[in-house]
Amino acid sequence: MAVRVQEADFDPGAELEALAAGNTEIGAVVSFTGLVRGSGGVETMTLEHYPGMTEKALEAIEAEAHERWALQASAIIHRIGPMIPGERIVFVATASRHRGVAFEAAEFLMDYLKTRAPFWKKEVAADGTAKWVDARESDDGAAARWAR
Amino acid sequence: MRVLYFAWLRERIGVGSEEVSPPDGVATVADLVAWLKTREPRYAAAFEDTAAIRVALDQEQAEFDDPLTGVREVALFPPVTGG
Repeated sequence: MAVRVQEADFDPGAELEALAAGNTEIGAVVSFTGLVRGSGGVETMTLEHYPGMTEKALEAIEAEAHERWALQASAIIHRIGPMIPGERIVFVATASRHRGVAFEAAEFLMDYLKTRAPFWKKEVAADGTAKWVDARESDDGAAARWAR
Repeated sequence: MRVLYFAWLRERIGVGSEEVSPPDGVATVADLVAWLKTREPRYAAAFEDTAAIRVALDQEQAEFDDPLTGVREVALFPPVTGG
């Protein structure tokens, strides 16, 4: 299990290799990489977060995934600070014996991350206008399907 | 008690965090927000629509009717938009 909140970019390939290294029980590795979209004339996107709570929230989400699914390994990386369209912003990966568990758990990690981890996106357009991104109801719906 | 503000709430209030000493009778998050709104117009404006505000108590998700007893850090912010 590993959670990282960082300004720097990351290398998904290297992360996936590290995730499965040395564990031959792993038969499936699933990952999701989120990129900054440039739609709507977005020139830069800045990620604000709540230092302290962010890490705790991500660790709690990851721990819950391990409680619900028989995961061999997992990783969550979220970037903060300014980014431009095309840059990687978030990464989750799960590893398990078989693929079903890894797919489900990866979706769960993203759905909970998007609705429970204290990050906020601010977009700045080419003309300088800044806008805080609104939360999407569809994200709440996606998270609600995991309710027990 | 330390109060933190994030995203547009922080921008509207003009500070990211502050120490506050609410009067007796401020027992819940809702009471705290109601009291903050009486302090200055910028608080009243920022908290105009409390349905758009979320709260964490000592870095754990909480609700507006949760008590503040023993709480050291209250964070108020818009719905999260990471990922």
